[in-house]
Amino acid sequence: MTRTVVMFTGLERLWHWSQALLIILLLMTGFEVHGSYSLLGFGTAATLHVLAALALIVVWIFAIFWHLATGEWRQYRPTTRGLAAVVRFYLYGMFRGESHPFNPRPKRKHNPLQAASYLLFGVVISPLLWITGLLYLGIDLWSAPADLPLAPIALIHVAAAYGAALFLLVHGYMITTGRTPTAHLKTMITGREEIEEASQREQQPERG
Amino acid sequence: MMHPSAGGVLKPACYAKPLLRPFGLAWIVMMSVAATTQAAPEALAQVDPPTADHSQFEPLQQDFASGREVTRACLECHTEAGKQVRASIHWRWEYRHPQTGQLLGKQHVVNSFCNNVTTNLGRCTACHAGYGWDGPDFDFSDDSRVDCLVCHDTTGTYEKAPKRGGRVLQEPVKVHGHPLQPPDLGKVARNVGPTSSETCGSCHFFGGGGNGSKHGDLDTSLLDPPPALDVHMSDAGAGLECSDCHVERAHQIAGSRYQVTARDRKGTGAPGQRRYAATCASCHGIEPHPLGSDPAALYQGAKLNAHVDRIACQTCHIPAMARGGVATKTWWDWSKAGRLDADGNPVKRHDADGNLTYWTRWGEIEWGEDLEPDYRWFDGTMRYTLPDQTIDPSAPVPINRFAGHHGDPAARIWPFKMMRGKQPYDPVKDRLVYMQLFGKTEQAYWQGLEWQPAIASAMEAAGLPFSGEVSFTETRMAWPITHMVAPAEDALACGECHARDGRMAELTGFYLPGRDSDPALDRWAQLALAAALLAIGLHIGLRILFHRRRRHTE
Repeated sequence: MTRTVVMFTGLERLWHWSQALLIILLLMTGFEVHGSYSLLGFGTAATLHVLAALALIVVWIFAIFWHLATGEWRQYRPTTRGLAAVVRFYLYGMFRGESHPFNPRPKRKHNPLQAASYLLFGVVISPLLWITGLLYLGIDLWSAPADLPLAPIALIHVAAAYGAALFLLVHGYMITTGRTPTAHLKTMITGREEIEEASQREQQPERG
Repeated sequence: MMHPSAGGVLKPACYAKPLLRPFGLAWIVMMSVAATTQAAPEALAQVDPPTADHSQFEPLQQDFASGREVTRACLECHTEAGKQVRASIHWRWEYRHPQTGQLLGKQHVVNSFCNNVTTNLGRCTACHAGYGWDGPDFDFSDDSRVDCLVCHDTTGTYEKAPKRGGRVLQEPVKVHGHPLQPPDLGKVARNVGPTSSETCGSCHFFGGGGNGSKHGDLDTSLLDPPPALDVHMSDAGAGLECSDCHVERAHQIAGSRYQVTARDRKGTGAPGQRRYAATCASCHGIEPHPLGSDPAALYQGAKLNAHVDRIACQTCHIPAMARGGVATKTWWDWSKAGRLDADGNPVKRHDADGNLTYWTRWGEIEWGEDLEPDYRWFDGTMRYTLPDQTIDPSAPVPINRFAGHHGDPAARIWPFKMMRGKQPYDPVKDRLVYMQLFGKTEQAYWQGLEWQPAIASAMEAAGLPFSGEVSFTETRMAWPITHMVAPAEDALACGECHARDGRMAELTGFYLPGRDSDPALDRWAQLALAAALLAIGLHIGLRILFHRRRRHTE
């Protein structure tokens, strides 16, 4: 038996999608600034990059406040419980038509692998980009911090950006691994998801 | 610091010529007025009328027989002018460099054009601001030998004889096909006025053997340039004359190629303060780019202003040299000089545009127009290779050289015309040499077409040792580019430099976004992305495969 719940509130979805658009814009313009390709022209790319970064910082400040105020930060607490089963599902069970071993519910929306990758993105990749990005901006605009060489800052920023690109690529693919290829996307747009009653799920015989 | 008009982008039409004529801060303020009111151009005299009408002066009501007579008349009122001019580089052609101690100036340096002044005086000194410097016994202390008219003529009729040590033309001649008439000195004297691009250009446009030859950013196209060529000197732009930037104090003119203000940290100076500087910043300030009202324009203005400490204004705002349709010399090979045709006559060849590409007297010459400059870190201090210094002829010899790097706060990235060529040197002593080109003696190269006597004569006159052997070495001479400033909209786009193979490709020692990367980082990261893509592809493939198989069995 299933029921439909609101998995993501309007605020969460607004946060997610504004962040998604800004990150895609940042990656596109950022790698043009890096010289990987020529699309908009360096000046336009650099300007958009800085404006998008500042907008993203604002979004993040609100998001951090929201996570702390609501306690939602707990969604990303890492755990190894059930991790092996999730990995096994993506590598094996999924092809056999098994159902996902993790049963999401509003109190714990992300499976252990998902939570770990979001945590990695949130506390390693993003802060690296934030810090080096602000230094990158500050060194030239305000000569501050003084005498800090640009090269290591820029290279850490680029390395973290590759990390973000990798995250986005895998994240984008994982969207298609729901019950149907568009199920996760629909959830992220509408906020609603059909979940199984936890009591029922435990009674199901294991397939295999 | 922004000046009051900086709220909006200044368009060329905002500059009104007459409002810009007064020097110093006054015209900064007026420029703001001009920018906001879009004043229509007015005649210069209506705004800045002179307080004296020289045509009414008693001492000038005569027919002068010589330039010196005119000068004596000038000095009756302008009692200090002679002394002032005699202290200037325009008179002395000599400059003791305050940083390096080198004795420079035209009298002493070697350049990569006609090489040197020594023993070539009568010809070179056609552009001396004086009368009669055709030998070593010229009296530099004689006020009456100062030539006032060559700079202050407003009639355009004042002609100096091309080969007579700066004396006034006495009889009609033809120079390169142009007929020249001797001037009516009385008329010229009664019409003196401020200097102009015509008077300055009468020498400075023609250095190095002809129009535009030497500098790459100074030629006759600047006499009446469209705004796209020179936004400052165009009448449809700011309508400035040379002296509006090259301000003077007691006939000492601001702006030097020996000691360049590579980075002006002072800007416009305090209100009311006059600045004797020819820098861009002395008018535009040190934060010259307007901060726009929307976030993008705000960021871009701030970002451009943040470039000012490292990038000379000229680097972005002079996108190309020799843009006015006049070519500049890029290569001069003296080693090819001296060839005669089968009949023993001198050879002269021109390219399709009429530029001289070979002449028996000169050797082989290459020209260029619309040239992309070379870019170098430049601290402003020019050091010269003088004929008493040892050179390394195995590599191109720098005729002048300079320091500067990313870590040097005095240095900025400047555009240069890099003049190249081959010049004679003494292969025994490994030194550059002076050479006598001009003169009615057999030693002069342009008479005898023999290098050994031409060099021996010049070295002896300079009191320098010469082994008697002559060889040729390749040389380089760097000419900082600062004229032909384009309108703001024609400035270099960011991507001209922020690119893998952009204009800064030769400059090293700093991280330039868009150009630099860590190839290993890029390689490994792109490998990781490719691996992820491959894994995703594989995963999709397996999903489809197993999905079909399941459906088949069901």
